[in-house]
Amino acid sequence: MHSFTKNFLKGIIRSNPTFILLLGLCPTLAVSTSLDNAVGMAAAFIFVLLASNIIISLIRNYVPVRVRIPVFIVIIATLVTIVDLILQGFIPALSKSLGMYIPLIVVNCIILGRAEAFASRNNTTNSIADALGMGVGFAWAIVLISLIRQLLGTGALDLFGHHLFTVPGLADNPVTIFLLPMGAFFAIGVLLALFRWMGVSTGE
Amino acid sequence: MSNLIAIFFGMALVNNMVLVKFLGLCPFFGVSKKLKSALSMGIAVLLVMVVASVVTWPIFHFLLVPYGVEFMRTVIFILVIASLVQIIEMTIKRTNLTLYNALGIYLPLITTNCAVLGITFINIDQAYTFSESIIAALGAGAGFTLVLIIMSGIRERLDMADPPLAFKGTPIAFITAMLLGLCFLAFGGIIR
Repeated sequence: MHSFTKNFLKGIIRSNPTFILLLGLCPTLAVSTSLDNAVGMAAAFIFVLLASNIIISLIRNYVPVRVRIPVFIVIIATLVTIVDLILQGFIPALSKSLGMYIPLIVVNCIILGRAEAFASRNNTTNSIADALGMGVGFAWAIVLISLIRQLLGTGALDLFGHHLFTVPGLADNPVTIFLLPMGAFFAIGVLLALFRWMGVSTGE
Repeated sequence: MSNLIAIFFGMALVNNMVLVKFLGLCPFFGVSKKLKSALSMGIAVLLVMVVASVVTWPIFHFLLVPYGVEFMRTVIFILVIASLVQIIEMTIKRTNLTLYNALGIYLPLITTNCAVLGITFINIDQAYTFSESIIAALGAGAGFTLVLIIMSGIRERLDMADPPLAFKGTPIAFITAMLLGLCFLAFGGIIR
């Protein structure tokens, strides 16, 4: 059980995929315009990562080493297609606003990276811990960035149609640039510097 | 014709792959430290984008649509792109060793480059015709190369600059990307 906790905790801060490893930034920056999108993307991401880690750790001894990457890609692409169809069928509004970034999970470096670096070398229990840790690490990163962008960009906070609160003053004159693509670069740049200043990460 | 020109510049400048659509960020930050490698990476991506568009468009419209299996596009496209990259790599290795030495190490990385898969999805989602999708791929690749070259030029000078310690390296590169994106925002007016 000790290694389970260790593998789980590792992805959350020490090797956080977004802020430390700087992997899979495309969805993190692209869909973090609102909290809804961030939560939806995080859920889809965790599902794909968890399922791919489980499947790959189960078949790791049966896949010839030379063809392992194509095999991993097919497994991940199948899982992504499942998520895509589920979202289209049950939550069409979310599927529409996430757009092509859902199918693009397939080329997310984190998922293929974990398959290659972890799941293909470790047993299923540890792979589940690894996937959950990395997934939670990704989730809090994207939710944090979307919180900052939505709060500064609109001056209010909504989650799935429920109005949470409004920042007095800011709602009348929101910093709209945070909703534009540039705002994402700015938010993550400042966050990275903040974490480094706090000593959480040491830089490359 | 004017339609094709609009698509080209729209893809290259207004809807820039990196700065607006956030596709291909890994090479954007990973390979933009030196001008020479940025140029090689850009050209390699441009090449694969065009070839991928040429191949995936007929596959989608003549194979997936008639059989009603459009949902298979993610699986099919990624496999097609992965094999294409392999074929291009082998062809270049056999025919032009100088080019291979310049592009060689970047080609395998392109398989998992979301910009390439992204442009094939955009071609389908925007319902581009065959010629339009080739122009879109050319535009997207040109825009990607342009931004990569600009960024590498800035970063070569940035190394000598003296930002606050916490910002050194990647954080300041993100802030630079933001300023670059603001500049590209000005192109928004050229396409109506």
